[in-house]
Amino acid sequence: MSDLTVAVPEEKVASTKAVVMNQVAGPEVRAESPLYHADLDSLAKQGPRKGGVRLRENKLLGHLTLRCNPNNADQLAAVERVLGMALPLQPLTSVEKGDVSIRWMSPDEWLIIVPGLKAFDVETRFRDEMDGHYSLVNGSGGSTVLELSGDNVVDMLKKSTPIDLHPSEFPVGKVVSTVFAKSTAVIRRTGEKQFELVIRRSFSDYLWLWIQDASREFGLVVDA
Amino acid sequence: MFHIYCPHCAEYREEEEFHASGQAHIARPLDPEACSDKEWGEYLYFRKNPRGIHHELWVHAAGCRKFFNITRDTQTYEIKEVYKIGEQPSVVAQSGNSK
Repeated sequence: MSDLTVAVPEEKVASTKAVVMNQVAGPEVRAESPLYHADLDSLAKQGPRKGGVRLRENKLLGHLTLRCNPNNADQLAAVERVLGMALPLQPLTSVEKGDVSIRWMSPDEWLIIVPGLKAFDVETRFRDEMDGHYSLVNGSGGSTVLELSGDNVVDMLKKSTPIDLHPSEFPVGKVVSTVFAKSTAVIRRTGEKQFELVIRRSFSDYLWLWIQDASREFGLVVDA
Repeated sequence: MFHIYCPHCAEYREEEEFHASGQAHIARPLDPEACSDKEWGEYLYFRKNPRGIHHELWVHAAGCRKFFNITRDTQTYEIKEVYKIGEQPSVVAQSGNSK
């Protein structure tokens, strides 16, 4: 095995950079969100305006999964330089600044959500700033964000997930990845009666049907 | 249903979120080539099935997706302790009643 190893010159190792592809070339390129077929924009215009649960798809955002060493001060400083805020190191916490948000996913993994057209720029800056062993993956196409709010939003979520949603257990800013219906979701509380769900693209239609059914008794309002 | 404490998320979650991955602390032989067929076969296929204290590997599949260990009593289903990978259990079976 050892005689097959190709010696790589030192300087080449240092200059090796991951190739970053711009997945969204620009605003003029047509893109379909995972719930495109549900035509939420028309429902927002024609559907009921009163109800206990409100739903909005925050579509076509940039979803970046960062894995790095939480004990490496250089990497933490680099993240702060790129995103303008420190990684949340406490379990189940999140931070948000302007249109960028970071969710704790596991002790060495974070989900960063940025505006779709900013993803390439953020990714490129990470490649320049970060040092050492880390991984940054753009999974934007694989998931979407649902914003759920309203007076009955907690009642609707209680039907779908075993997580304790009482404000004393689930304060604003807390984030959990858990089972949701028969799928999974990353649930974050963004307000007293407002939650954000990051869901898989392949489950988005199922969850859209599920949420409609679970919200039926309270009334579902779709926002554009 | 178990109510399991995840040592990485630092809170209790429903069993639904977890997946059991079998017996914990199975050390891979350092030199597989030097193993006899019996030793290698036992490493690959043979597992304990104790009545009483059992150390198990679990993964928080729907949560942080990290593995950790649980010491569980297979008679009462009681979870005695939860500890991270690389740590040693503090609750172990008495040599007299582990069969």
